[in-house]
Amino acid sequence: MSSILSTHGLVKRFGGLTATDHLDLDIRPGELHAVIGPNGAGKTTLISQLSGETLPDEGRIVFDGKDVSALTVDQRALAGIARSYQITSVFSEFTVLENVMFAVQAISGHSFSFWRSVHSDVRLVAPAREVLAEVGLESQARRRVATLAHGARRQLEIAMALAMRPRLLLLDEPMAGMSQAESLAVVELLKKLKGRYAILLVEHDMDAVFALADRVSVLVYGRRIACGSVEEIRINAEVRAAYLGDEEVAL
Amino acid sequence: MKTVSIQTMPSSTMSSPNTAALGAAAAQKPELPIRTVAVAMLVAAFALLPAVAAFSGQGFYLTLVSRIMIFGLAALGLNLVLGFGAMVSMGHALYFGIGAYAVGMLASHGINSGPLQLFLALGVGLISATVIGLVCLRSSGVAFIMITLAFAQMFYYLAVGLKAYGGDDGLPILVRSQWPLLDLDNAYVLYYLIFALLMGTLFVFHRLIHSRFGMLLRGCQSNERRMRALGFATLRYKLTAYVISALVCVVAGMLFANLTRFASPSYLQWTVSGELISMIVLGGMSTLVGPIVGAAIWVVLEELLTSFRIPLPGDLDALLRDHWMLLFGLFIIVVTMSLKQGLYGRLVEGGSDQS
Repeated sequence: MSSILSTHGLVKRFGGLTATDHLDLDIRPGELHAVIGPNGAGKTTLISQLSGETLPDEGRIVFDGKDVSALTVDQRALAGIARSYQITSVFSEFTVLENVMFAVQAISGHSFSFWRSVHSDVRLVAPAREVLAEVGLESQARRRVATLAHGARRQLEIAMALAMRPRLLLLDEPMAGMSQAESLAVVELLKKLKGRYAILLVEHDMDAVFALADRVSVLVYGRRIACGSVEEIRINAEVRAAYLGDEEVAL
Repeated sequence: MKTVSIQTMPSSTMSSPNTAALGAAAAQKPELPIRTVAVAMLVAAFALLPAVAAFSGQGFYLTLVSRIMIFGLAALGLNLVLGFGAMVSMGHALYFGIGAYAVGMLASHGINSGPLQLFLALGVGLISATVIGLVCLRSSGVAFIMITLAFAQMFYYLAVGLKAYGGDDGLPILVRSQWPLLDLDNAYVLYYLIFALLMGTLFVFHRLIHSRFGMLLRGCQSNERRMRALGFATLRYKLTAYVISALVCVVAGMLFANLTRFASPSYLQWTVSGELISMIVLGGMSTLVGPIVGAAIWVVLEELLTSFRIPLPGDLDALLRDHWMLLFGLFIIVVTMSLKQGLYGRLVEGGSDQS
């Protein structure tokens, strides 16, 4: 099966540190591909390179058959790569609905419209409300983001990514800092989304990863040491030694 | 009978028919937001002032308030990028100067047609703002401030060097811009022209900041990195905002040249840019009306302090007149330290809800 996104020999160095080390990765259409690894394995750096915020030193990124290595962040977003941030990055002075409307506006062509109020623009409001309903934030639509609980903000991150009608979702630790109940809600949400979008999920919560992933890649020091189904990863000796160590966490 | 007629009013929200019967109409109306009241009072004050000036025979007030409205217009224009786009331009005096010199230089060649002057001034403003904006917008923060300042200083020294157009001494304008139907030599006509342009710009900006373009601009102010991640090519929109903002200042400069019948290099001096920023901060940079209020306070205080004529013991009044800047500076410090949203921003509360 052809992949929707693949990297070829991707390298990123920060001074003496190699954050991404000749990485080959491929994500198939509709699959949920989890990337795990200890802290400092280069997971967020990988996502930043895929979304275009960080430029790799070497290697190529191919999205949907086209080399996107030279595209800027906004061009890649419009091409269909949407990301959420590990550290919540939303517009806190605006309402939940307005935040999602930004994402809808972004994909709806140019914004050289100077007269008509966005709040009476059905083409922005309706799709935004739809996405909010999907992630379960409908009741909070009119709230200012600054007053929102942490878990709800994380959900908003996902809603904004969804509103961009992406072909590939890059989710950077969507459950970071969430309570047990909130995490479960996000797992349920991701189960709903699975299959409709190709998803690259970076996550520390192993229960979530093993419950959701079709395939798992394991990064250590920027290198991929294993890639396979959840079962394969569970029994992979190298993974156990290098990453999971002797903790036997949740395996 | 009375109660019935009131109840048929579409939007009346009455607590009880009893109070309605009392006929205290104002009490039953839905409470007006303070913002609406404040804007209405400001507009009414500007609109009615000429009548006051005519009755009191103090034509001086007309000029004073004309100046307030011109600087209000320039500050309003600058605030589009400063207050809604996080672009602190320290060089908008440049565009004010372009407007003034367009009138002055063309008039010195006998070209007095207002439409032609406007067309050429906006053309020069458009080209310079686009080029300068493209350079400046490659940076942000302090670098942006410094580059905009540098460009304005270049034009300032250019104006000083224009010996044919008065150089250092400035350029007197013998004939005001000639408009069909408008006689700008009539102080009242000029006043209402300025008033109309200020109100028109205010209304257009009010629409603009809630439009797709305005939302995008404010989104960039809040979190530009995220806007780009959403797929917005932010540069072209910020540049557009910068150009619109500059053109409003060009128009303000043209009006000022017509008011003072003079174009001076001092209009382009960096202190003018600084004054515009101070007006904005004083009034409230997260509101549209704030800069206009700020301009009013600025011009009135300047006038009061420099012409302080109440005799005080020990020649204190003379001391005050000579060092009015000191008192003025203190005032600005107190306001900005205690009211972060500015005076108007504070009045309408919050300041995050734009109007």
